Amino acid sequence: MSSMSNFFEKSDLSRSEAENIISDTLQKCDDGELYLENSKSESILLDDNKIKNSSYNSDLGFGFRAISDEVVAYSHSNEISKNSLKQSSENLKSTLKSVKGTYNHEIPKSNKKYYENINPIEQKSLNEKIKILNEVNNYLRSKDDNIKQVTANFLGEQKSVEIIRSGGETLTDVRPLIRFNVSVMLEKNGRKETGVYGVGGRQSYDSYLKDDNWKSVCDEALRIASVNLESKPAPAGEMKVVLGPGWPAILIHEAVGHGLEGDFNRKKTSAFHNLMGQKVASEGVTIVDDGTIDNRRGSLTIDDEGTPTEKTVLIENGILKNFMQDRLNARLMKTKSTGSGRRENYRHIVLPRMRNTMMLSGNQTQDEMIKAVDKGIFAVSFGGGQVDITSGKFVFNCTEAYEIVNGKIGSPIKGATLIGDGPSILKEVSMVGNDMMMDPGIGTCGKAGQGVPVGVAQPSILINKMTVGGTKL
Amino acid sequence: MVKDQEFLEKKASYCLGLAKKLGATESSVIVNNSVSETVNFRNKKLDESNRSDDLGISITTYIGKKKSSISSSNLLDDNLNILIEKCVETTKNTPQDEFNSLPDKDLLAKEVKDLDLYDDTHIENDQKIDYLKKLESAASNDKKIVNTESSFTQNKSNFILANSEGFCAGYKTSSFTASSVTVAKDEKSMERDYEYSSKCFLKDLDDAEELGKQAADQTIRKLSPKKIGSEKIAIIFDKRIAKGILSTFASAISSSAISRGTSFLKDKVNQKIFSDTINVLDKPDILKGLGSRNFDSEGVKTDTLKLVDQGILKHYLIDTYNGKKLNLKSNGRCGGTSNLYFENGNISFKDLLNSKSKSLYITETIGHGSNIVTGDYSVGATGFLVENGEFKYPINEITIAGNFKDMFKNITLANDLDFKYATNSPTMMIEGMVVAGK
Repeated sequence: MSSMSNFFEKSDLSRSEAENIISDTLQKCDDGELYLENSKSESILLDDNKIKNSSYNSDLGFGFRAISDEVVAYSHSNEISKNSLKQSSENLKSTLKSVKGTYNHEIPKSNKKYYENINPIEQKSLNEKIKILNEVNNYLRSKDDNIKQVTANFLGEQKSVEIIRSGGETLTDVRPLIRFNVSVMLEKNGRKETGVYGVGGRQSYDSYLKDDNWKSVCDEALRIASVNLESKPAPAGEMKVVLGPGWPAILIHEAVGHGLEGDFNRKKTSAFHNLMGQKVASEGVTIVDDGTIDNRRGSLTIDDEGTPTEKTVLIENGILKNFMQDRLNARLMKTKSTGSGRRENYRHIVLPRMRNTMMLSGNQTQDEMIKAVDKGIFAVSFGGGQVDITSGKFVFNCTEAYEIVNGKIGSPIKGATLIGDGPSILKEVSMVGNDMMMDPGIGTCGKAGQGVPVGVAQPSILINKMTVGGTKL
Repeated sequence: MVKDQEFLEKKASYCLGLAKKLGATESSVIVNNSVSETVNFRNKKLDESNRSDDLGISITTYIGKKKSSISSSNLLDDNLNILIEKCVETTKNTPQDEFNSLPDKDLLAKEVKDLDLYDDTHIENDQKIDYLKKLESAASNDKKIVNTESSFTQNKSNFILANSEGFCAGYKTSSFTASSVTVAKDEKSMERDYEYSSKCFLKDLDDAEELGKQAADQTIRKLSPKKIGSEKIAIIFDKRIAKGILSTFASAISSSAISRGTSFLKDKVNQKIFSDTINVLDKPDILKGLGSRNFDSEGVKTDTLKLVDQGILKHYLIDTYNGKKLNLKSNGRCGGTSNLYFENGNISFKDLLNSKSKSLYITETIGHGSNIVTGDYSVGATGFLVENGEFKYPINEITIAGNFKDMFKNITLANDLDFKYATNSPTMMIEGMVVAGK
């Protein structure tokens, strides 16, 4: 049943030799581990009426980390061998010349698992995947004559990780992940617009695509493109903004999520570092970061340091309650890890990161929000966002939005950037909807050059004031 | 130590041989090794050291017009055997595409010039630490600076590209990179900015103290920003932002966007897309150039291209697959541009600032607001209000928006081009854009 990798099988290095090198290197260090990873991934892409790409990647390597006080020494390599691990060990020792810490052997335990030990790549044959991609292409092109381009792809991955700590304690996890995306481009009267939609998470392809469910992904991509084809220039300036439920929660991710990660607050470079226990959002706003939701893209059984994940309350009824922590920042801030220590892969150091970041439901309706706006915009879907942690300013780009005039939804407007101020935006939230929704499972968050899969969720919300970056003055 | 040519060539020819034996009609392989050593400082103390040793191989096999590829970081023969077998098997099951093929033999690079891209110097971590101490001490001179994070990286890489047509070449490259990110604080605000230097040769790297001071100065001047009203105003893009606009232009003329019909510059060759004064070059053979190369990622020779001549678009960036589709020959741009730049304009930086009674000088943009299908552009921005040639006060929480089709026609360039990155632009002014603020 278990498809756990045996990292030492084809190596001149035995597990017990590795354990000895690890324990020897980490004695008197405050923390550290050997992180081993074996990932297999595939990408199958249909584009321009053809299967453009079918590729497979197999990646194997280790990252060896030693921490003394605030200093992190890291070394990684693809060669799991005696020589290579010893060289890494020497490298770590030469950075941490005189260490006098105490290794913290305590690591919380949990038997809970949030996804199955499966390899999604092998659960569906190449021919079946190619067949669906061709069906997607034919389905969409027969639906609308204005379709000039269809792109669809499958991305599948199985990542096995093993963490060996000083003293030989070992933690393992096998993580499946898939994504299915469709993008269409329409052209009408010389104007081109695109629509993109996708689904995914930590289950088999079929869990997301059964019963021709891929058709609803196609329909949604086509719907967004069609709306944009009729869009007019977006307004420019400050106005009220209603955000739809689900994926627009990347606003929460950018505006406050990053600012609540432990490293920026330990270093006092986050705009939130001195706001713990204070009111940072309107009453009724509660935000959690949850790694424990079954099969979600941002969920993890254990984080990349071996700590079981949890549901961390960040903001409760407007009050800032917790930051997200890895072991290093937790130790230095005299608190506990929230199971938020993540890395893109063995090439990277651990950083505190988000998992599934969610604003919980309130009790108003979207209808009430629209009615409360004289002049503003209703944003339904976004492309992506970014934040400057220090100044707190964040942006995100609308991919589907409408103007609101006198309490009614009006014409669609062109993609525009919205900009706001993280620490103050949640105080501008004047209504919280009763319609919380998870995103479809497509998010990747970038930080310090590392991308990790994440999720977001929120109900509809009304924000009193944001700057809309359109072209119409 | 980075692996030598002999090791990489041996792996490459092993893969080509096996692919052929298993039934591939054609194949290509890239083997690379990259060894980096980084030291990070924070607030004048050692914060992190990081050594990475990355091996990688990627193989593409063809059976007639069918194609598939695999990549791996595990170069043991056992693993390669399994993967190549899988690759050939997948190729058999992948539908054919008439445009799939290796590059035409006569387009492959015949010679590999020494472009001075490798410096054998090894800088020990202790020397990196000395550099960073000097840098951080200069960066934290002013009391308003409350946090400094700096890093120094040495990278040495080597690669071999080989294909079943007999092409086999590669070479070593090196880079030395120093950067500094500083945070400044006053009663009203906290701001961050950075400075950076990257060179092929250690001796060419910027002076540590100058780099630190520059980062600090650029951060302090951003303190206590204001938000301005929404209006149409001339925008001046700092060189580090202007180069991004040039990169967007490059994505819009890539043969893949053109052949798929997803670029606002499709069918614009030999048409005027910029004003008369604008020239864009892509020059692969600059000695020590950060984007220099002898051939592209398919082995096709790369000559200098004048992409835009007096405002007229002259070439797309063409690879083999999309070239065949568009009925054009590859011009050696698989994997993108090399050293891409706008030629200097004929006005000084100072005169550019002075050319309008009021303008906005943008030093940072955030968000992914460039759409190459429609040409629409909308990003968050930070910068300064400029009046009569002088920086008046810092500005933030605004957006700037326009459409590239109009923006390109309204570009004025200063004459201050330098080659700090692989893609470079002089300071750039664009008139007629919309700022959204209060």
